[in-house]
Amino acid sequence: MDKQLIIQSILVSSPEIIVIFGACLTLLVALTKNKHQMAILTGLSLTVVAAAASASVMLSATTQTAYGGTFVVDGFANFFKTVIYLVTALTLLMSGRYLMEEGIAEGEYHALILFALSGMMIMVSGRDLLVIYMGLELQALAFYVLAGYLRHDPRSNEAALKYVILGAVSSGIFLYGFSLVYGLTGTTELTGLSQALSAEPFSEPALILAIIFLVTGLIFKVGAVPFHMWVPDVYEGAPTPITAYLSVASKAAAFAIILRIFLDALSPVAGIWIDAVIAISVLTMAIGSFVALVQTNIKRMLAYSSIAHAGFALLGIIAGDQDGVASVMLYLLIYSFMNLGIFAIVVMMRSGDVRGDKIEDYAGLAAIHPIWALLTLIFLFSLAGIPPTAGFFAKFYILVALVQKGYVGLAVIAVLLSAVAAYFYIRIVMLMYMKPASRRFTLALTPALRLVLIIAGIGTVGIGLAPSWFLDQAQSAVFTNYLP
Amino acid sequence: MPELPLLSLIIFLPLAGVPVLMLLQNSMTVRWAALGITVADFLLATWSLLAFDPSTHAMQFQENLDWVPTLGISYAVGVDGISVLFVFLTALLGWICVLASWVAIDTRVKTFMITLLVMQTLMLGVFCALDLFMFYVFWEAMLIPMYMIIGVWGGSNRVYAAFKFFLYTLAGSLLFLVGILVLYFDGGRTFDILALMEQKYDFSVQAWVFLAFLVAFAVKVPMVPVHTWLPDAHVQAPTAGSIILAGVLLKMGAYGFLRFSLPMLPDASQYFAPLVVAMSAIAIVYGGFLALAQEDLKKLIAYSSVSHMGFVTLGLFTFNANGLNGAVLQMFNHGITTGALFLFVGLIYERTHTRQIADYGGLMKIVPIYTLFLGLFSLASMAVPGTNGFVGELLVLSGAFGASMITGAVAILGAMLGAAYMLRLIRRVALGPVVEIGSSPLWDLSSREIAGTLPLATFVFWVGFYPAPFLEILGPSLDHLLAQVTGR
Repeated sequence: MDKQLIIQSILVSSPEIIVIFGACLTLLVALTKNKHQMAILTGLSLTVVAAAASASVMLSATTQTAYGGTFVVDGFANFFKTVIYLVTALTLLMSGRYLMEEGIAEGEYHALILFALSGMMIMVSGRDLLVIYMGLELQALAFYVLAGYLRHDPRSNEAALKYVILGAVSSGIFLYGFSLVYGLTGTTELTGLSQALSAEPFSEPALILAIIFLVTGLIFKVGAVPFHMWVPDVYEGAPTPITAYLSVASKAAAFAIILRIFLDALSPVAGIWIDAVIAISVLTMAIGSFVALVQTNIKRMLAYSSIAHAGFALLGIIAGDQDGVASVMLYLLIYSFMNLGIFAIVVMMRSGDVRGDKIEDYAGLAAIHPIWALLTLIFLFSLAGIPPTAGFFAKFYILVALVQKGYVGLAVIAVLLSAVAAYFYIRIVMLMYMKPASRRFTLALTPALRLVLIIAGIGTVGIGLAPSWFLDQAQSAVFTNYLP
Repeated sequence: MPELPLLSLIIFLPLAGVPVLMLLQNSMTVRWAALGITVADFLLATWSLLAFDPSTHAMQFQENLDWVPTLGISYAVGVDGISVLFVFLTALLGWICVLASWVAIDTRVKTFMITLLVMQTLMLGVFCALDLFMFYVFWEAMLIPMYMIIGVWGGSNRVYAAFKFFLYTLAGSLLFLVGILVLYFDGGRTFDILALMEQKYDFSVQAWVFLAFLVAFAVKVPMVPVHTWLPDAHVQAPTAGSIILAGVLLKMGAYGFLRFSLPMLPDASQYFAPLVVAMSAIAIVYGGFLALAQEDLKKLIAYSSVSHMGFVTLGLFTFNANGLNGAVLQMFNHGITTGALFLFVGLIYERTHTRQIADYGGLMKIVPIYTLFLGLFSLASMAVPGTNGFVGELLVLSGAFGASMITGAVAILGAMLGAAYMLRLIRRVALGPVVEIGSSPLWDLSSREIAGTLPLATFVFWVGFYPAPFLEILGPSLDHLLAQVTGR
């Protein structure tokens, strides 16, 4: 590789490099003891995210590849990176007070978030199974530690342990799957893979086995049934901002690689995996929706809700053409705003001795804090998919893609299951508005948290009222080399 | 000269009032502000009715803006003879709802009035929408404020009723959404309602979409057997909520049949007409008998609504001019009469805090003005000649007999039941010996209450004695609809 190419590669991957260096810098700064340490670390991390985002903006003009075609900056990667930058910034903003309340305001928290960010950025830019795997593991390792960050809380310890063990198993399965694929096709590069798979009719059991392993590994990462068992425990135990981060950013990145791998590399053999994905999607929506009905802890409820949402997003992959891919992208963008918003509300409720993670804790909120209750109502109705919120448009566009491909029956199942899901969202609305308050509310509101809530609220309402621009962005960012 | 966007003004004026209300502190000024906004909106709606050209079925006051051009979604509004009447009805009931909540709502007044205004915007948007996506957004968004109105300001069992209302309607609406998408892809990727009406769909497509639409609209109307949310919602809702439910929301199901099922899916409508007629006949008789057995005033009127709306759906699916005209006129009448009856139940409930029929007696002697109006609306509800109900019901009956003897006979039975339960109500509540209710004496209607009642009473007589202007407005649009559904 000549010098020119190396420089080109470094330039193309400069956002990732900035974030990794920024993370190391954050670690160093965390060593200095200072009264304002938390504020400095938050500011530094936000600067790093902003710097990476500006680098991404400068790179966004054309599609560029690096490192011998294994790494790419295209519209698709940039769309997901934008979502992930935004989510990272909002997560950093909502963390400050929460870390104080929990007494864990120290050290490497911010650095770990930045490492997770870099891992997810590498995932969405990867065009080679090995690069994707590297990104996947980098973010997973950071998240394992972050999930267990509440060291004094056994639930957090349990969350981290479960996540590590199950995550490692799924990574192993994924790795085994693609070693088989490599054995069959001689390449791990996505385009090469798709060419090799379409060149000759593969029907041998080895390929089916390989695909089963790949699907299993990836499905685990988005928390779809039957590999969803870790989700409620990890969501409940992890610090709430981390749960928010995990549920939104990590899920977006995982869907990005699912889209790339399934609809790019594996699209020639769609016949093998499509029925499995249909079954997984329906089961995921069903189990997520029905089990959420009986939850009493809001973080567990939101965990099952996120499972159900993952099932709904998988429908876009089943549809699979340009609209299908764009619908998943738009879904994840909208999901980021509304889900981050509702988790910011959960963070807001954590104050002093009050954990605020029981659903009952929300009783009577509207009578005392009408504005924040209204915002919660908007997030909840959006998650339930009721217009005019963005959550409706997200679901609507997935249904458009699905019906276009003739999956009307599947669309009917999906909408009926979302009617079930509506029940547990509006149950919280009911508690807030229709029950008397059983206690005084002390809300852990900081200016930063207010900002997060307002941004999430504007996104949730704004995209719902004016979805056109966002839709066009998603459509133009769809990678072009998928096969119909 | 750029035209005044009259319909957008009508739709969004109540919403524009929301920030104004938010700034106000005093409950009394909030009430007056809400009243001012809804009355202004009513005047705008009256203007649109007066400026409406009744000689054509074409959509008037049209506005068209791109919303999501990539998917062929636009913000498109316009009214024909059918919808202009319902825009007017909605705007009329809007300020009557504010008056009905004047003292009945004494907690969180500001939030209530804001919710009411939001609801008003959404309902007006439904009737004006000429884009199916926009229609759906407004239609579905109504669930949120209505859920709040029932659930927050309702009676003792309000939470259950609110949930039931929400989930029934949501499940129906979501099937409607899938049906819309099928039409969208079959009709050339457009949500334009007028363009979709021009499409000819295969019978199998029509049949499936018709069934999906039927579920959604039947829940909303409501038709037996998916009517069970209605008595709960009505009984628990505050008076304004009941008026909105009976006056406007129930019309939307029938409006859906009129606007989508009949013109877009004519073959399936013909094919499934016996099913809908049978469901309507069951609703008429079953609703009537249930009303006859009720001991709760609100429940009685709620079940009478099921029966009356049965007349409407029956008239729609007779596919003749009399039936259609009668059905749409009856929709308007039901909005006026049942809205008024719920208002009157609310008025007496504010005084006595009981809705049991057995707790009342001899109201004639204590509150004569109240009883006079109650009697008037009851007579209108049982379709006595000279009231609006008579004209509508007569047209539906003649349409029903035109369609088949049996449906006519069932409808006649329903009309007789209507007289039975309403007369029973009047006899027990207004006549007979005076029953003492509570310790404080009852007082008759205040001028505020009479102000809310008079316009409704005017329409009872106006439609009753001189329905021609209303039928004139409806005429061309319904003729056009009839041509669409019967294939010219």
